[in-house]
Amino acid sequence: MSREKILNAIRQNQPEYQPLPEEVNFYFEDVDLIEKFKQVLEFIGGRLHAVSNYTEAKAYLESIMPPAGRWITAVPEFQDHATLIEPGDPHLLENVDVAIIKAHFGVAENGAVWVTEELMGARALPFITQHLVILLNKNNIVPLMQQAYRLIGNVEYGYAAFIAGPSKTADIEQSLVIGAHGPRSLTIILTD
Amino acid sequence: MSLTKDHAALAQVFNNDEERVDWHDETLWFVRAKRDRASHGIPDWELLRETASRIKHNVLSNMHNYLVQFEENALANGIKVHWAADAAEHNAIVLSILKEKGIERMVKSKSMLTEECHLNDFLQDNGVEVIDSDLGERIVQLAKEPPSHIVLPCIHKKKEEIGDIFHEHLGTAAGESDPQILTETARQHLREIFLTRRAALTGVNFAIAETGEFVVCTNEGNADMGAHLADVHIASMGFEKLIPQRKHLSVFLRLLTRSATGQPITTYSSHFKKPRPGQQMHIIIVDNGRSIQLSREDFRNSLKCIRCGACMNTCPVYRRSGGHSYHTAVAGPIGSILAPNLDMEKYADLPFASTLCGSCTNVCPVKIDIHDQLYKWRQVIVKNGYSTKTKTAMMKGMTLALSSPAIFNLSGKAGRLALKFIPFAVNNGLNPWYKQRDMPTPPEGSFTDWYKKNRKGGKP
Amino acid sequence: MKVGLFVPCYINQFYPKVAIDTLELLEKLGLEVGYPLNQTCCGQPMANSGYEHLTGSTNELFTQNFAGYDYIVSPSGSCTLHIKDHLHSDRYPAESKNIRSRIYELTEFLTDIIKVDNIKASFPHRVGLHQSCHGQRGLKLAQMTELTAPAFSKPEQLLKMVEGIELVPLTRADECCGFGGTFCVAEEAVSVKMGKDRVADHIKNNAEYITAADMSCLMHMEGILKRQKSPVKVVHIAEILNAAMV
Ligand code: SF4
Repeated sequence: MSREKILNAIRQNQPEYQPLPEEVNFYFEDVDLIEKFKQVLEFIGGRLHAVSNYTEAKAYLESIMPPAGRWITAVPEFQDHATLIEPGDPHLLENVDVAIIKAHFGVAENGAVWVTEELMGARALPFITQHLVILLNKNNIVPLMQQAYRLIGNVEYGYAAFIAGPSKTADIEQSLVIGAHGPRSLTIILTD
Repeated sequence: MSLTKDHAALAQVFNNDEERVDWHDETLWFVRAKRDRASHGIPDWELLRETASRIKHNVLSNMHNYLVQFEENALANGIKVHWAADAAEHNAIVLSILKEKGIERMVKSKSMLTEECHLNDFLQDNGVEVIDSDLGERIVQLAKEPPSHIVLPCIHKKKEEIGDIFHEHLGTAAGESDPQILTETARQHLREIFLTRRAALTGVNFAIAETGEFVVCTNEGNADMGAHLADVHIASMGFEKLIPQRKHLSVFLRLLTRSATGQPITTYSSHFKKPRPGQQMHIIIVDNGRSIQLSREDFRNSLKCIRCGACMNTCPVYRRSGGHSYHTAVAGPIGSILAPNLDMEKYADLPFASTLCGSCTNVCPVKIDIHDQLYKWRQVIVKNGYSTKTKTAMMKGMTLALSSPAIFNLSGKAGRLALKFIPFAVNNGLNPWYKQRDMPTPPEGSFTDWYKKNRKGGKP
Repeated sequence: MKVGLFVPCYINQFYPKVAIDTLELLEKLGLEVGYPLNQTCCGQPMANSGYEHLTGSTNELFTQNFAGYDYIVSPSGSCTLHIKDHLHSDRYPAESKNIRSRIYELTEFLTDIIKVDNIKASFPHRVGLHQSCHGQRGLKLAQMTELTAPAFSKPEQLLKMVEGIELVPLTRADECCGFGGTFCVAEEAVSVKMGKDRVADHIKNNAEYITAADMSCLMHMEGILKRQKSPVKVVHIAEILNAAMV
């Protein structure tokens, strides 16, 4: 009932049709994308570490993460260091300390990475974990959100997110606190 | 005028504590400065704003079809779509969804729409407990206050006051006011809530007609924590949240957070397209006066708003009067052009709570002509009879004096008449000008007097 | 070129020197300046209070007074903006439209139309420039800090031609002073607080004078300075530009 009422009112009241603006290519600085990505990521509280292979990545993670904790991954190559995630009740992820997932690509202008549901293993994982580790191929960094959405195109997903840095808040007197409800740290592992 | 205190009166109360005003002003100016650094870092920022504004213009002009398209796609994605003509219907829909599932406790992330609809009070009255999970919103909820800012809900509270609230409700040590410790306490408290609530309500930042998905932006991750752990996810949106295509997010997501807080993007920009297996996902599309605003040619652009809060942070009046002085869910310049649409009498004061300096219009990422709309609302409000008799009489007196050169120039010693009719120069004890400001010293004669003496006649 | 001088009502009554300096400055530049004696007000006080519908008679009067001029110049950004945006006349629609496109605030008239490149004036003082909002954001007399765009400032361009002047930078380059027409009495508390803060910024940065292209802002700030018994003074930009050489 309300549906018709609302839609009719809108049809009656909306202004004369205005076309969408023509698509323009937005400006981006000709800079080293990895360097820019790293800079912005650090500015928003994340850290970046480049490795040449997974063994190096594992060694690095062991050196910075709580060793005894519960490690979960959605990346099969990390199985011997973390438990491969299985479908199930997301509440069971409650006590995850470290989660390791992959991203499709990163965006230099804002330090965000694009992760779709199937790369997360479970939607809740990148949020509920205390520390989040995301693997990103160094060749997959685009300058702006414009290129990012061109890559995304019309791809199908149930859920996806740009993740930019660790969870944070500045709600108390604008003082920045890292680790609001989600991860207390975000580490991007840059791979070859 | 309504019986409740108007903006001027509430702002005066706020100004009784000048030190607090300074603190409030500086805190928000800090956010404005961060916004400037972020936006000045994008050389084609103005083109980005223009593009966003024009996309939104297209949306307004094609709203009907986009909504139908959005609904169709959302349904195909397995999302349930509801339509609410007003706040009461929106609230009733939320309640019925919860009732059907036998849910009595819900967690909610930031949604100004639910503030506009007074959802929390309604649900509480119907036996449903709601806990706000955005830190700032949780703080004002515990303080039993409404948010004072759409992006920074408890920006009016000092950390010591927040410490006291946490001490009382969450058991922190008395006198503890370290933001780090308070945030950690809230984290523990709300984690327990996320893990135990079967329903989560979130707002919507953008809904995409082309795909039927919606995007929610947070820094804390609270919308996701709620939604991904709940059996039922309800997303409430005003219909103006629509954008045509997914790729348009590349414009809006660049603008939103830079304008809001100066960050390049929020930590999480979550794209919800389908419920996860076993989960129910609902979208409630709300009108609540928006279709009327759409009909108002002078004011429909206000529906372009993406709720970044930049106009509030930059507003010299907002910074010095506090969000609560606007006595409406959305405060500041944007609130002042939205509220009169809903209730012209109750909010007749708000378009006057501005110097029309125009800074809001300049920061607005979707280029809403905010200060021009404030001016236009003033005309509409007066024409509809929501001005006071005294003011009307004064204005008529002024008009009379200023329409007649003879009366205007009648004064022997300059200024006598102007003193009487220029509103800021009524020289008596009740004169609000004189309370904290001296009067200009009336000169020997007016310029016209001087001109007559020193130059030949009138027009050359 | 015939220039009509429009003197806003409160300048006429309270600050005749500002109008005299404006007139003399224009005359010094060799312009033929007329001053219609029947002028009163642009109608802005009513319009900004929501009573634009009462401004019919002031509009007609304004149109009659200024229809014959090539340019209309006024030492007030705010009143100029109001005329530019809102003047209309039922009796003389063409004339009023014409006036809207030919009215200039003093400093933009000097930089854009007359294109002055030197000014014989001296003002050996430290001066803070208050960017009045209607001039700045309405008439675009200067770039606005909110925008990502190249900097410029017409008033500053002129002031820099004045001998001995030292312009002091402000912490907040273009924050509103809080005058706002009837806002200054209707919202007394906030208006005064804004004025105090604006004045404090100038004082903190060591200004001896506060100048602006709008006398209304200055009147408001002057009221605050005087109440504070501050030695800092306000001075309209026309007074500086017309200050005698020392
Ligand atoms: S009106 Fe513009 S600046 Fe204000 S909240 Fe909305 S989008 Fe942001």
